[in-house]
Amino acid sequence: MTAMFSIKDLVEEEYTLPGNASCPGCAAALSLRIALKVLGPKTILVVPASCISVIQGYYPKTPCRVPVLNVAFASTAAAGSGMVAALDLKGKSDVKVLCWAGDGGTADIGLQALSGAAERNENMIYVCYDNEAYMNTGTQRSGSTPRAAATTTTVTGKPERKKSVPEIMVAHRMPYVATACAAFPLDFAGKLRRAASMPLRGLKYIHLLSPCPPGWRFPAEKTIEVGRLAVMTGFWILYEWVDGRYNLTGPSKGLLDKSKRRPLRDYLSIQGRFGHLTEKDIESLEEEVEEQWKDFARKMSMT
Amino acid sequence: MLLTGNHAVAYGVRDAAAEVIAAYPITPQTQIVEKLAEFVEKGQMRARYVRVESEHSAMAACIAAEACGARSFTATSSQGLLYMSEVVFWAGLGRFPVTMAVVTRTLAPPWSIWNEHTDILSQRDAGWVIMMCENAQEAYDTAIQAFRIAEDERLLQPVMYGLDAFTISHTAEEVDLLEKGDVEGYLPPLDPKKLRVYMDPESPGTFGNLVGPDMMMEMRHSIKEAFERAREVIKGAVKEYERISGRRQAGLIEEYKCRDAEVVIVTMGASSGDAKDAVDALRERGVRAGLVRLRVIRPLPREEILEAVKGAKVVATVDRDYSFGYGGILGGELAGFVKNTMCRFVAGLGGRDLTPEDFQGIALKALDVAEKGEEREEFWWGLKR
Repeated sequence: MTAMFSIKDLVEEEYTLPGNASCPGCAAALSLRIALKVLGPKTILVVPASCISVIQGYYPKTPCRVPVLNVAFASTAAAGSGMVAALDLKGKSDVKVLCWAGDGGTADIGLQALSGAAERNENMIYVCYDNEAYMNTGTQRSGSTPRAAATTTTVTGKPERKKSVPEIMVAHRMPYVATACAAFPLDFAGKLRRAASMPLRGLKYIHLLSPCPPGWRFPAEKTIEVGRLAVMTGFWILYEWVDGRYNLTGPSKGLLDKSKRRPLRDYLSIQGRFGHLTEKDIESLEEEVEEQWKDFARKMSMT
Repeated sequence: MLLTGNHAVAYGVRDAAAEVIAAYPITPQTQIVEKLAEFVEKGQMRARYVRVESEHSAMAACIAAEACGARSFTATSSQGLLYMSEVVFWAGLGRFPVTMAVVTRTLAPPWSIWNEHTDILSQRDAGWVIMMCENAQEAYDTAIQAFRIAEDERLLQPVMYGLDAFTISHTAEEVDLLEKGDVEGYLPPLDPKKLRVYMDPESPGTFGNLVGPDMMMEMRHSIKEAFERAREVIKGAVKEYERISGRRQAGLIEEYKCRDAEVVIVTMGASSGDAKDAVDALRERGVRAGLVRLRVIRPLPREEILEAVKGAKVVATVDRDYSFGYGGILGGELAGFVKNTMCRFVAGLGGRDLTPEDFQGIALKALDVAEKGEEREEFWWGLKR
């Protein structure tokens, strides 16, 4: 299990500076700030087209105090692989490669490169910050958008279910796969620390749910509240997959029992993207959450 | 050493001490990256080999490796080059001095593995130096020269070089290899400090974030200026290579019997050898023919071409490529600055054979057109009706 990460373990040093171009309440910017505090200055950041391309602001300014390579949308994990090869050849084993891509860049256009890198087990950390749609282009549905959520290309709600990239990653049998949520920064930080300090070389993948005020349509000050509800309602499960075993982490540990979860409608009702749901739609999503937990319990008992 | 063009490239890349190879197989290029995998696995090269899942990833990996200071190489053909294209532009516009061999092959549909030059020419606006090889020896030589040209501080742009499918890629010829010490002097290890983009945690920088309309033109202009210096960089690299190899090298263009020529054929790639045979045969028949072989396509060697064709009655361009709604690509480009009468031929598409007899016919047709003052855009040579 992950050793508890305490707030005291977060260094005061900042590697992303204030005054960047993120939207108010942006969970992706918040999480990147924490990630770089955990990984430290000897980290190279690889980012594809994503909100992070905008958050960096205009050249020649940058909010990042680590080297950043912006790469083509589909190529994050491939670029990371080239970096790993070069750093390995140059004997720079102390420099970490952090790929940081959105859900579009991970679940959709970047999946091929990610799968290739995972199969080759490239020695790097890949974080998908999942805000569940193409937010940088203004909220179009992605493969990672949950069912029923309204986006600008699914105006009556997305008919299909969310694709589980963490499970796709588990199927690659690399050293570490975890989910996280921006509203539980210490859980996320602990997972990153674990990924970074594993003696086993290979790809470590963290799928981070990243609530998005403009895209999910909730007030900017409610990012953490929405993220907490995603986890406490059981809509988003925090777990790790390591050594062939699944472990629940953080508050999710106590949520296998359905009665301990907050009602799903608490999560849905504070977001505009679910504002159109009927009672029947909500019940159907509740069933989906329950099914997801049953499936997870089965996987835990099998491993 | 008896080597195919593909293996000649692999030996060149080995001798140039490439450090990261990222590649994906495609006919007829595959033997290049197979041979390199063998060199790396057998410890004959100190390099890392990334067995990527696509050409798009191959170039992305090369760019990122280069950004970490590693000399990087890939090879592809046809569909693979087009699939890679987004990242080909990324390398050019981002000024990453990667090198790449392109075994030129017809684009589908319908499927074809045979030779054509449309694939490599489709990337001509990508910010790469583009060269074409005539034979296996030149493929070896170019593989080494390409790194020196790309990494030259005055340029720092990627370099791709074409080899015709099968005619060069799979045909074995005697190839002279350089001595290790000679290559080391010619091509010192890549100094990451001189790179435009270097991912150094000691001196962190952000590459590629947003640039507004206030600065983009100047950035593009700096690449334009680099390409203006490219001519001197290439000439210098070639001259120095002549010195260490003791072998003559073509520069931006190769002129063959152009001085008194009334008709000058313009070609690129493998069939230039057949065109030279045609020039010889025509001269025996009393026709003063000459040939210009373009070894470098980008930067386009305008001055060298103008000088070579200045006395000619007619210039006959032979394109093994085509831009629909425009014409043969080289013919079209030359028409932009050549003042002589021009006769533009499209020939050998999809790997159709182009013989010395064809080139004789092309030269005679061009002379005939010039004498009659016939106005015609282009001729599809050998088209079956």
